[in-house]
Amino acid sequence: MRAPSTLFDKIWDAHLVDVQEDGTCLIYIDRHLVHEVTSPQAFEGLRTAGRSVHRPQATLAVADHNVPTTDRSKGIQNPESRLQVETLEKNVADFGVPYFETDDIRQGVVHIVGPEQGFTLPGTTIVCGDSHTATHGAFGSLAFGIGTSEVEHVLATQTLLQQPAKNMLIKVDGELPPGVGAKDIVLAIIGKIGTAGGTGYVVEYAGTAIENLSMEGRMTVCNMTIEAGARAGLIAPDEKTFEYLKGRSMSPKGAAWEQAVEYWRTLKSDDAAKFDAVVELDASELVPEITWGTSPENVIPITGNIPDPAQESNPQKRAAWERSLAYMDLKAGAAIEGTPIDRVFIGSCTNGRIEDLREAAGIAKGRKVAATVGAMVVPGSGLVKEQAEEEGLDKIFIEAGFEWREPGCSMCLAMNDDRLEAGERCASTSNRNFEGRQGKGGRTHLVSPAMAAAAAIKGCLTDVRKLEAED
Amino acid sequence: MEKFNKLTGVAAPMPIRNIDTDMIIPKQFLKTIKREGLGKNLFDEMRFLDDGSENPDFVLNKPAYRNASIIVAGENFGCGSSREHAPWALKDFGIQVIISTSFADIFYNNSFKNGMLPIKVDAETLAKLMEDAERGANATLTVDLEAQTIEGPDGGTVHFEIDSFRKHCLLEGLDDIGLTQQKTSKIEAYEEKQKTAQPWLSA
Ligand code: SF4
Repeated sequence: MRAPSTLFDKIWDAHLVDVQEDGTCLIYIDRHLVHEVTSPQAFEGLRTAGRSVHRPQATLAVADHNVPTTDRSKGIQNPESRLQVETLEKNVADFGVPYFETDDIRQGVVHIVGPEQGFTLPGTTIVCGDSHTATHGAFGSLAFGIGTSEVEHVLATQTLLQQPAKNMLIKVDGELPPGVGAKDIVLAIIGKIGTAGGTGYVVEYAGTAIENLSMEGRMTVCNMTIEAGARAGLIAPDEKTFEYLKGRSMSPKGAAWEQAVEYWRTLKSDDAAKFDAVVELDASELVPEITWGTSPENVIPITGNIPDPAQESNPQKRAAWERSLAYMDLKAGAAIEGTPIDRVFIGSCTNGRIEDLREAAGIAKGRKVAATVGAMVVPGSGLVKEQAEEEGLDKIFIEAGFEWREPGCSMCLAMNDDRLEAGERCASTSNRNFEGRQGKGGRTHLVSPAMAAAAAIKGCLTDVRKLEAED
Repeated sequence: MEKFNKLTGVAAPMPIRNIDTDMIIPKQFLKTIKREGLGKNLFDEMRFLDDGSENPDFVLNKPAYRNASIIVAGENFGCGSSREHAPWALKDFGIQVIISTSFADIFYNNSFKNGMLPIKVDAETLAKLMEDAERGANATLTVDLEAQTIEGPDGGTVHFEIDSFRKHCLLEGLDDIGLTQQKTSKIEAYEEKQKTAQPWLSA
């Protein structure tokens, strides 16, 4: 009899091409996403060595990091950004890789595009030269970020050399209170286990609170798994997963669909499967969460106070907190709520999907952005934008005083023109609050879409539940 | 990939935890389409002041550490993005070895692909090496990959662990794409099998 195995073990075993004597595994990669920032050197490497792309049709490329979120008809103004996108365009043409042009409605942030097209499928291995590839794990696929040398390796061979990971189970049971969502779950998890808590692990998320999330919510949770240091996050596929994928342009059709679903239903951890670590969380105890510092593990409830480094016994941690407080210009012990903000960013591969925009629009509706705040909404893809416009969300945002932009990574990492000025404070739905992440000297507070919209209205960090209560 | 065997060099202390990839190489320098030339912007925001001049307080700007080839750092070095620009920038600056108690997975992988050696040690060893590194111009360490040892300025030696395949590739400077391509028949056999088992993936 086969030993009980985890979902990760099953996907891993199903992709083994070869195992070396020392235990290093060669695993097959089913799907490879490519973007303009981490691929030029990989294609260049192929060219220099006279190699070709082993399976172009298993690859999908899109430009997202550098693209402007304003009118694109005049092209990209910044010469370096333009060169990077043009280089991608030349590479995909030379090597025969499918590509969505920057004016294609299907263009968007790579991790939004994959699931939206049905390129992301349960039980597959998916990689991309981007750490937030973890997002795709929401479909029960083993999805992880790789470096450029590995991008080249996958392009050339459709495989990767890997060591197996350890298994961690994060179980979130209970019902989420009103005003609390997927983003709060994942922020709470990172706050609990820390940014290195998942190092060496693949995390499987389970429990009733995870099952009850929409596919969008599950993607938000898996997306930030990398912020806890884990290689990938996984959620077993279920009827919701199949429902989401059915009819998408690259999803299997007809008899192949039936056959695929039959296989996908087998993709779950066995009841007796052993995990190397287990973390449990009670969803009913969660509140809207927010980061106060410059590491995603610096999480507190919006009702909480900024921690005091003097109370931290680990000297390295204490030094990091002091550095964070100075950078963020915050006072130890003070309440975080009420801190004035300058900017709001709603978007990114964490929270740039239709449901995120609906959540933010629900708060923005009939209200006005505070006069002191510049707020922007950047849909995750052209298709998300189109859907939002069909639902009239764009009008709600514009009437409230938000800017309504073209899709891309935008101010999640500020490689295009969208960025914070030094000293500006931002409530952001993105995933990283590192020093300078959204612009040199910019200060980032990570929050849910509802919390970001609420901050825009109030002009300060605020508890969205109060706003909801005013209706 | 380049070979790595033995290195004697100055070790710079960076007792900061969670040194992330945005600190190592900020995004404005990711617009390059080359691997080279990133060293001048390594740790850009810590290394330079707003007017572009060097920050004299930053460790790699201090005379004793300008030629450092080793960094001794706090836990979880290289967390954040998958950007291989981080090891490229370190390497272009001249850093070949990083010693810490833990590394982010992707950064750890990326380093080996560039002929660099990230070394994991326990907290006690790190504290000792950090002290060594803080001795300025005398902060010289010798890292021997073959023997898996780090020798301190006083001649004391510590042992480190590394997986045998990575060690072998680094010592020999092996091209892992070339190695994998020797297994093309196995890859093709896998693809054939998948065509029958999961035909929807090959469509
Ligand atoms: S939205 Fe942000 S995190 Fe996501 S892929 Fe783009 S830059 Fe990376």
